[in-house]
Amino acid sequence: MKPGAFEYHRPSTMAEAAAILSSDQDAKIIAGGQTLGPMLNLRLAQPPLLVDITRIPEGKAVTDTANSVTYGACISHANIEDGRVPDPTGGFLRRVARGIAYRAVRTRGTIGGSLAHADPAADWISALSVLEVEIGILGPSSSRRVPLRQFMRGALSTDLGQGEILASVSVAKPSPRARFGYAKICRKVGGFGEAIGVVRRNPDGKVQIIAGASARPPIVIEDGADFVAGRSLDQIRLSEYLVAQGLEDSPYERAIHTAVIQRALHESWQA
Amino acid sequence: MTTTTITLNGRKVQAEVPSRTSLADFIREHAGLTGTHLGCEHGICGACTIEMDGEIARSCITLAVACDGASVRTIEGFDDDPLMARLRKAFTEEHALQCGYCTPGMLIAARDLIHRGAARTLSDIRVAMSGNLCRCTGYAGIIAAVKRVLDEESAKGALNAQAGVDGAARLGPVGTHALNGAYDGIIAAGIPRKQTSSG
Repeated sequence: MKPGAFEYHRPSTMAEAAAILSSDQDAKIIAGGQTLGPMLNLRLAQPPLLVDITRIPEGKAVTDTANSVTYGACISHANIEDGRVPDPTGGFLRRVARGIAYRAVRTRGTIGGSLAHADPAADWISALSVLEVEIGILGPSSSRRVPLRQFMRGALSTDLGQGEILASVSVAKPSPRARFGYAKICRKVGGFGEAIGVVRRNPDGKVQIIAGASARPPIVIEDGADFVAGRSLDQIRLSEYLVAQGLEDSPYERAIHTAVIQRALHESWQA
Repeated sequence: MTTTTITLNGRKVQAEVPSRTSLADFIREHAGLTGTHLGCEHGICGACTIEMDGEIARSCITLAVACDGASVRTIEGFDDDPLMARLRKAFTEEHALQCGYCTPGMLIAARDLIHRGAARTLSDIRVAMSGNLCRCTGYAGIIAAVKRVLDEESAKGALNAQAGVDGAARLGPVGTHALNGAYDGIIAAGIPRKQTSSG
């Protein structure tokens, strides 16, 4: 239950971090370490080199413009929960942050770390998929931006290449009249979700739906008109659609993934 | 090995530690403070919960080197804290412990919950305390003890004491706010072999 030996670097700029990361293809980035820490202790991960990016000022920077809010990768869940950073959604991001794991985990776990790890059962990948989000990626020689929905390729797999670092998360400001709902089903409070549902109701009446925490990236339904009428959800029709999109075809998976979306829809009407 | 300096309960502790040393092992092995307990060692049970720079954290999944410059308070550091004194009394009177292994983590998590004003109802307390496991009590006594102190504090209007502290200076993971931007180069190069071999 103790990690294996590793080298540890703590650079002061993202560029330096990217350079160190490129020096060893098995090197890993560590930020809050709330997922990597347990994996190191269990020796599921045995990287020879860790690059700690938590002392890099730009990783904790937040930029609020007319159209978007950009979070440095090292903004913690608790920073969002406590309202220390702007929430362009009028409370939806704070509400999601408050439900991640436990307080003693949220104080160190980061939004960038959660997205880079790309666990389908984690909260941010599903919650942010209902928004227009761009991931800022820094490499050893160049930087680029990728829409979140193209960033996650599969379970624990992302668009990040060798030596690249997830540096920032930009959230486009939705209409202030958009309404959000979020729900997850866990075996135990604070555990990873077995099913996550996200609903966004736009002023024009369009309803967006995200089905998360399956074995794959979140399933995005841009226009849920086929499934939603007011506050009610056609769960049978939705489950058929989700299975066609890759959800495991079992009565249990169908039930929890549609029930959780019904709960999110309900919450969107309370918001 | 790397020199790591952490202020523990107000006392500066400096030790040469391998980079893989957890904050919990730094506290127990290098500072000799054994009130911080290790249960699961993968961030689930909450026995190792400590307070760092005013926020609670899991010391078993936090590297000591990553907290260089931080200020940590363990259960031993709450002896003179009036809120903790009330919680200890309530834990005793409500039978909120049996073997006591989870108790340091329970107390620190409960104190943080009350201090932040983050719970009002029994249901809030159950949700907020779900990150701390107890295998003896069935939780009823623990929840009752926390509720008792929460009600006392609410009656005194003492909640939300911490809201808005320090603003932007507190962004990022707790424990990383000292030495912002200071480049330390390679500060630990793996585990040195034991000095038993001359070769």
